[in-house]
Amino acid sequence: MKQLDRKIFSGIGYVSLIFLAILCIFPFVLVVSSSFTEENKIITEGYQFIPTAFSTEAYSILFKYPEQMIQAYLVTIAVTIIGTLLGLFLTSMTAYALSRKDFKWRNKFSFFFFFTTLFSGGLVPWYLLMVNYLDMKDTLAALVIPMMLNVFYIIVMKSFMGSIPEAIVESAKIDGAGDFKIYARLILPLSKPALATIGLFLALAYWNDWYNALLFISNENLMPLQYYLYKMLGNMDGMRKAMMGAGAVVTTSIPTESLKMAMTVVATGPILLAYPFVQKYFVQGLTIGAVKG
Amino acid sequence: MKGHTFWSDLKNYRVLLLMLAPAVAFFLLFAYIPMAGIIIAFKHYDYAGGIFGSAWNGLDNFRFFFESGDAWRVTRNTALYNIAFIIVNNSLQIFAAIMLFEVGGKWFRKITQSALFLPYFISWVVVGAIAYNLLNYDIGTVNALLRGLGLEPVDIYNTPSYWPYILVLVSAWKGLGYGTVMYLAAITGIDTEMYEAAEIDGANIFQRIMKVTIPNLYPTIIILVLLAVGNIFRGDFGMFYNMIGNNGLLFSSTDVIDTFVFRSLITSNDIGMSAAAGVFQSVLGFVTIMTVNFAVRKYDKDRALF
Repeated sequence: MKQLDRKIFSGIGYVSLIFLAILCIFPFVLVVSSSFTEENKIITEGYQFIPTAFSTEAYSILFKYPEQMIQAYLVTIAVTIIGTLLGLFLTSMTAYALSRKDFKWRNKFSFFFFFTTLFSGGLVPWYLLMVNYLDMKDTLAALVIPMMLNVFYIIVMKSFMGSIPEAIVESAKIDGAGDFKIYARLILPLSKPALATIGLFLALAYWNDWYNALLFISNENLMPLQYYLYKMLGNMDGMRKAMMGAGAVVTTSIPTESLKMAMTVVATGPILLAYPFVQKYFVQGLTIGAVKG
Repeated sequence: MKGHTFWSDLKNYRVLLLMLAPAVAFFLLFAYIPMAGIIIAFKHYDYAGGIFGSAWNGLDNFRFFFESGDAWRVTRNTALYNIAFIIVNNSLQIFAAIMLFEVGGKWFRKITQSALFLPYFISWVVVGAIAYNLLNYDIGTVNALLRGLGLEPVDIYNTPSYWPYILVLVSAWKGLGYGTVMYLAAITGIDTEMYEAAEIDGANIFQRIMKVTIPNLYPTIIILVLLAVGNIFRGDFGMFYNMIGNNGLLFSSTDVIDTFVFRSLITSNDIGMSAAAGVFQSVLGFVTIMTVNFAVRKYDKDRALF
């Protein structure tokens, strides 16, 4: 009897998980395959899962005059590295202080941070602060600073650090280690799963950010990759112009549809490669405890 | 003496306080100071005067917002979308997490989990491109399929009534992996003795899930849902903007407070009304989270957010 339940359950489980997995993957297959499909084929028959007329034209056009895309890549890489490192350092340091059970004001500070998720001034005051008072329009800082700290990540990190036995901190204290030393030498190495998880989320957020660029960046040299993609997708004329400006022969036969998909592939690829390396930490790293601690 | 203990505490905790200082400064500057900027909503903003130099105009900005007829529409859309997202996304994530935990070998789990997480890794810009790829009238896959079957193609980008379904589906699709891992982490943390005890008592797999797994997930479910409820009046700007853009034809069913605020600020440069809509949004959100938290506190003190 018990065996039968198990079997029915496993059957449902396998089928539904495989179904969901396919659902999650297939749009990617579609994008990659249409980036390799001949333009006319797309126009006459629509996007396809398996390219019936294989062509690398879109990629060769994309890589013929890559200056602007490389520039966007560089901006994104710089912003991602700086932002992730700064973010990890500040998040972990803040979380450490809040996780120390002997720290008398930890709940007060926790609430100080948490309250910002409950209530906010809204987009307008924030935007005016960034632009009119901090003068961050068209700066890399506008891409890095707003996303550096996130209350939710602090909470996740704090929960993780809170699960590290307190005896470790106490014995280090008896040995004469200061608070910062305990954080840097003891707690950080023990927090690897949480650091990997939050690090990946920060890196993802920076890599995928286009919103801050939409608000604050008009200088083309400071456009990050996703915003560049956004602009190109929305404006094929702009893309044509960019190609021509880079010296391309004036032609009306730029394969816009497959080119869109090729750009999408190029803008997405690298971040997907990072995933397998951090996946093993995920389930360990992502425990959320109560906010109040 | 009270003063004495405060100063000695300050000295004791000086390193910890110093470690907190950057984050405190960050949230003061980027979260608390903008809260004070709410006064813009009550002013007739002009660039020369800035926030403090502009003239007061009382509730005019709010009056404009409510009389424009957009207020009700965007508020209703935002709340309804978020309620649908909370229900659909969390049920699907809990389901997938339980299945991942219970079914399959190491490799099957690894591969499916990776697959489910894939959509989380791409930007909304890319999702917008994929959606276009699928839904476009002339060359989209959905319509190619319909034509292939001899059916009439549908003009999705001109039909508001399809979008609630599309957006709920897209949100579920993109958030599936993240939420699943979150719940999976919680399931992994359940004491295995409970499962053993259930087995000894003769529970079958369904009873085991209903009586052990799900009750043990309550704290996680409640935290995640509470946080989501607090954001019920915040639209996911990235999603709505990249899926719909400035396609006014669809606004009746897709415009949310965030896209409205953004358009008023950037496109029509109506700073006062944009700020007023933002304040309206914040206050609604705050009242909601306080009410829900209060209710949860009354029911079970330990499960409340704060």
